[in-house]
Amino acid sequence: MGGAEPNAIEASDLTRTFGAFAAVDHITFDVRPGEVFGFLGANGAGKTTAIRMLTGLLAPSGGTARVAGHDVYTESEAIKRSIGYMSQRFSLYEDLTVWENIRLYGGIYDLPSREIRARADQMLSRLGLEHARSQQVRALPLGWRQKLALSVALLHHPQIVFLDEPTSGVDPVTRRQFWELIYEAAAAGTTVLVTTHYMDEAEYCDRISIMVAGRIGAMGAPKELKEKFEVPSIDELFVRMARPSSRGASPHTPPGTGNREPR
Amino acid sequence: MSALLGLLRKEVYHILRDRRTLVVIVMLPVVQVILFGAAIRTDVDHVRLAVVDPAPDDQTIALRNRFAAAGVFTIVAVVPRVDDLEPLFQSGRAQEALVFEPGFARDTARGQPARVGIITDAIEPNSGSLLQAYALGVIQTFERDLSQRAQPARAVSIALQVRMRFNPTRESSHLFVPGLMAFVLTIISSLMTAISLTREKETGTLEALLVSPLRPWQIIVGKVAPYLVIGFLSVLMILIEARLVFGVPLRGSALLLILEAVLFILVSLSLGILISARTSSQRVAMMGALVGTMLPNLLLSGFIFPLESMPSPLQWMSLAVPGRWFVAIARSIMLKGVGLGFVWRESLVLSAMAALLLAASTRSFKARLE
Repeated sequence: MGGAEPNAIEASDLTRTFGAFAAVDHITFDVRPGEVFGFLGANGAGKTTAIRMLTGLLAPSGGTARVAGHDVYTESEAIKRSIGYMSQRFSLYEDLTVWENIRLYGGIYDLPSREIRARADQMLSRLGLEHARSQQVRALPLGWRQKLALSVALLHHPQIVFLDEPTSGVDPVTRRQFWELIYEAAAAGTTVLVTTHYMDEAEYCDRISIMVAGRIGAMGAPKELKEKFEVPSIDELFVRMARPSSRGASPHTPPGTGNREPR
Repeated sequence: MSALLGLLRKEVYHILRDRRTLVVIVMLPVVQVILFGAAIRTDVDHVRLAVVDPAPDDQTIALRNRFAAAGVFTIVAVVPRVDDLEPLFQSGRAQEALVFEPGFARDTARGQPARVGIITDAIEPNSGSLLQAYALGVIQTFERDLSQRAQPARAVSIALQVRMRFNPTRESSHLFVPGLMAFVLTIISSLMTAISLTREKETGTLEALLVSPLRPWQIIVGKVAPYLVIGFLSVLMILIEARLVFGVPLRGSALLLILEAVLFILVSLSLGILISARTSSQRVAMMGALVGTMLPNLLLSGFIFPLESMPSPLQWMSLAVPGRWFVAIARSIMLKGVGLGFVWRESLVLSAMAALLLAASTRSFKARLE
C-alpha cells in the first residue's frame, strides 16, 4: 500500500435497528492504523452492536463501513481474516489446555503448525506462562486467562483487534498489565478498538468516542475532550453525557443485561 | 481443512474430558438393553378377558367363574360367536379371549377331550406371553380339580388351543431393540448436540468461532461429527449386546440397517442444532430436547406403546415423529429380514426429513449472523 495509509476502520452513518429501536443510530467515525481507539458508553448505548456489525456478526440496517479496507456488506470473509476478536465473555475453552487452545485457534486461522508452535513459545514466555502450557485453562486465575485470551486473539497477527469489554471483572493490577499488552500490540502496528466502561482506561486510549443512546456524543483525544468540555476527567464528561440519556422505553437498563441485543 | 480437523479434535477432547457425560454416553445403551429387555413388562393386572360361549353349560360357567375369581382377569364381554371377538380386539376392549365350543360339559363328563381356545393380543410380545401363561394356569388348575372330583376317578382332559393374535408366531419377541436404538440415538444426537452447542453460546466461545474465517458448515460439521461417530458405535453396541444377552437376531442386511441408522442420526443431529439455535441456556436446551425429541420418539414411535392401538389423532401426530419411521424400518430389517425393497417408503420419508431438517438447521445457524 503506497501513499497515505488508508484508515483501519471507516464507518459512515452506520445504523442497526431492532424493530423500531435504533441500537446504533447513524454513527460516523474513522480509526487510523495503529491507533488505540476507545469505545465508551453506558450499558445499552450500542457499543456491542457496533462491534458486532464491524466484525461481521451482525448485518447493518443502513450506512456503510469498511474494515481493513473491506466492505462489511460484501466482504465479510476478507474482514474475518484480517481481524482478531475477544469478547467480554471469555473466549477460550476451559476444558482444553493452554497449548490446545493456541493450537485450535492457530489452526482456525490456517497457520502452519510449525508457526503455531513458534508463536506459542514466544507468547508463553512473554506472558511468563510456560509452566502452564499443559494445564487446563479453567485452572488459571482469571487475570491470566484474560491476558491469554488477548494473546490468542493476536496469534494470527491481525491488522485490527476488537476487544469488547476485555477487562470487566479483572483486578486493577491485572488491568494495568492487560493494557501493557494492548500497547505492545499497537506498537507492533495492530489497530485496537476497545470498548470499556472503566473511565481510567479511557485515558489510556489515543482517541475515544462516547456513545449515548446509539449515537456518538463526543469523539476525540481524551485531552482534547477534557479541554473542549472543560471537565477535569473523562469520568466527569461521561457522567454528564450519559445523564440526559433516555433510551426509548427503558432508561434504566439493569447492569449486565443492557448490552445484549434484543432478538 | 486443518481448521476443521482442529475443531474435531477439540470436540473429542470436550467429550473425553467431561467424565460424567462420557459415562452416561457409554453406559446408556448397555444399561438400557438390559432394562428394556428384562424388566419392561406391563403388569398383568385387570386383564380384559372376552368369553366366547356359544352354548353355556354348568362347566363353561364354572370355568368362567374360575377366571373371574383369579383376581387378574376382568370379564368384559360374553359373546356367542368367534366373529364377535374381532371388534373387541380391534378397539382394545379385550386383551385376551377364552373360546368354548358347544358341548363342553358333555365332553368333560364323557371323558373326551373338551376343547378350549385362548387367543391373546400379542402386539406387545412380552405382556402377551405373560397373559397367555396366566390363562393357561387357570385352565390347568381347573382341569386338575375336575379330574380329582370326578366320580368314578378318571382323567378329564381339556384340549387347549392357544393362539397369539396380531403377532401369531411371536417371532418378534424382541421388538424393543429397534425402539431402543431410536431412543439412545435421540439422546446422543439431539440432546448432546443441543447441550454442547448452547454451552459454547454460554461461554462465548461460539462467538469466537463465528468471527473467525470458519464457514458455518465447518463449525457445524466440527460440532456434530463426533456425535455421529458415537451414535454409530452405540448402534453397534446395542445390536451386539442384544444378540449376546437376549439372542435378538439381525435377519436383514447389517449394512442397510446401519445406513438407515445414520440417516436417523442426521435427523436427530439437525433437531439438536435447531433446538440450540432457539435457546441460549443449557437448561432450556435440555428441556427442549426432552420435550421436542425424546418424548415423541419414546411415546409416539411404537417403541413402548403400539401405534395401532392409539387414538387416531395420536396416530396422525406420530407421522411427524422421525423415530416412528426408523423403528418401522429397523423392525422390518432386523426381525423380518427384508431389504430396501420393502422399506423404501419409510426410508424415503426419513431421507426427506433429514434433508429438510439439515437445511433448516444450517439456515438457523446462518440466521444468527444476521
